[in-house]
Amino acid sequence: MYRYDEFDHAFVHQRVAQFRDQVARRLTGELSEDEFKPLRLMNGLYLQLHAYMLRVAIPYGTLSSRQMRRLAHIARRYDKGFGHITTRQNIQYNWIQLTEVPDLLAELAEVEMHAIQTSGNCIRNVTADHFAGAAADEIEDPRVWCEIIRQWSTLHPEFSFLPRKFKIAVSGAVSDRAALRVHDIGLQLCHNDAGEIGFEVMVGGGQGRTPMLAKTIREFLPKAELLSYLESILRVYNQLGRRDNIYKARIKILVHEIGVETLAKMVEAEWHQVREGFTDLPQDEVARIERYFAPPPFDPAAGSDTGLDAARRGDSAFDRWLEQNVDAHKQPGYAIATISLKPEGGVPGDIDAEQMDAVADLAERFSFDELRATHQQNLVLPHVRKRDLYALWQGLKAHGLATANRGLIGDIIACPGMDYCSLATARSIPVAQAISTRFQDLARQKDIGDLRLNISGCINACGHHHVGHIGILGLEKKGVENYQITLGGRADGKAAIGAIIGPAFSADDIVGAVETVVDTYIDLRQTGEPFIDAYARLGREPFKERLYATH
Amino acid sequence: MKLDIVSANRLSDGRVVYLTRDDGWSESIIDGRTAATKEEGTALLADADRAVADGIIVSPYLVSMADDGGAFAPLHFRERIRLFGPKTDRATSQPAGRVA
Repeated sequence: MYRYDEFDHAFVHQRVAQFRDQVARRLTGELSEDEFKPLRLMNGLYLQLHAYMLRVAIPYGTLSSRQMRRLAHIARRYDKGFGHITTRQNIQYNWIQLTEVPDLLAELAEVEMHAIQTSGNCIRNVTADHFAGAAADEIEDPRVWCEIIRQWSTLHPEFSFLPRKFKIAVSGAVSDRAALRVHDIGLQLCHNDAGEIGFEVMVGGGQGRTPMLAKTIREFLPKAELLSYLESILRVYNQLGRRDNIYKARIKILVHEIGVETLAKMVEAEWHQVREGFTDLPQDEVARIERYFAPPPFDPAAGSDTGLDAARRGDSAFDRWLEQNVDAHKQPGYAIATISLKPEGGVPGDIDAEQMDAVADLAERFSFDELRATHQQNLVLPHVRKRDLYALWQGLKAHGLATANRGLIGDIIACPGMDYCSLATARSIPVAQAISTRFQDLARQKDIGDLRLNISGCINACGHHHVGHIGILGLEKKGVENYQITLGGRADGKAAIGAIIGPAFSADDIVGAVETVVDTYIDLRQTGEPFIDAYARLGREPFKERLYATH
Repeated sequence: MKLDIVSANRLSDGRVVYLTRDDGWSESIIDGRTAATKEEGTALLADADRAVADGIIVSPYLVSMADDGGAFAPLHFRERIRLFGPKTDRATSQPAGRVA
């Protein structure tokens, strides 16, 4: 993992001291709310429905046991004993007091964490494939480049006041687990014809009220030139992105308005100029950062381990978890374990302090002290020796963290919705809980198969409803919560925006409507055909017909 | 009958508060000072603006309440959520809010 250098330490501590002063001036009245609001947002502090909410950055979703224990401490000391993993691989605390934020940030800084650039019109926390450095299908670890982008973009003076927020995701694997096509910039590590590794650069994706998929503007960019190229994209956006209308300010609108070919030409022209005076990252510096992401000391003998099959045969619950929540690792004898934060009837992404401590202990014991937060609101232990999986599972089970539903209908993505968020138009958590309870039978979930169900409590789409196989959008209609269903969205390598299926459903009817969609799929699917493939084959009509037949 | 009260978030901790009959701020809506007319509502907001200037609260606004002689509760579900809290109380894993 990357460790802060002197510069990182200095600026994070300076920022804490600066914000401590700003909070003090706000509390004495020296700063008005209008003056203070942009300052607190630059430090990830929002004022929500019931309290202040602090969004803490987890760079590219990677954190250590020490950091996780500190997050647990923060939950106990400053919140109500829990945190919420977000769809941007961050963690949010919902019950923060303004007076305590400076001390909280100082405690975060001690473990190389902060909340800078988790809000505001800047380059946000860079996200990555949560299996980075471990995935069997990986070309190269994307976190090296995430870290380089983090250093380049942090407090970048030219890009601190962009027309709108800006999100970058990076993947180094063949399978897209980072939802690249719904980011402002998606970077896919790939090979060119000469076998060299570089990036495919995609621009202009995003969700929100105008969902769009990013388009490729460069098939292959040499790695060494990444920063100058990113700088060129950001410069074009900074110059041409609209500042007169917040709803048209994202780069996706610019791409849509001027066309991807025009944007690509403008970026290339800008790049031609930028490269003249741009100092690309010295290879020594790249090598220095690469060393932080060197593989952990795997045991080469692990490939000969035995005992896992016996454990599977002896414990069917473990067998189900293994099948559903464990993925192939690039290193023989090791595996990637996903910890579902979606227990039956639970709040998606929520984790309490005791569970955080337990996960930190298990990561230390079984995963080289490393864990990940995923944009699907789960956690991952990336490097688990296969022979340790049974002991790991028992440890997870003891803390209510062994739900075997990764990728199934119970593995719901949901934003905080109106239970917490001041922007929300409806609640999403109770809907997620009700669906999770309705489909609580894991055997039924398994029979339904791979199905991504995502819920957002407003058009801003933090719950990624546009790219759920089944998406649910909560809206207000005449003072009542209503829920619109979209079908056919997906965030993987075949990314697609879901289509609205018809009129919205009431809060009382939405769970039944989801069940109708699922039952329709079950009735019409071909052998082994996943939901998303069946929808592609059938189209929306049979679903629509069933959903509205009785209405 | 519809009445208005003023709600805001307390500056120091962000908690939901209501302007009270004695010009203070309370987490209990029962203590809320009511306005039956537009003029009374304007007067409430003027008092709230002084609390903003004094650094006590943030972003005050009028909340419409149902007052039928029995239940005294916000008309809009968003305000009922602000009043009662999230539907699930994490501490007990039990439903907390009384919002339908």
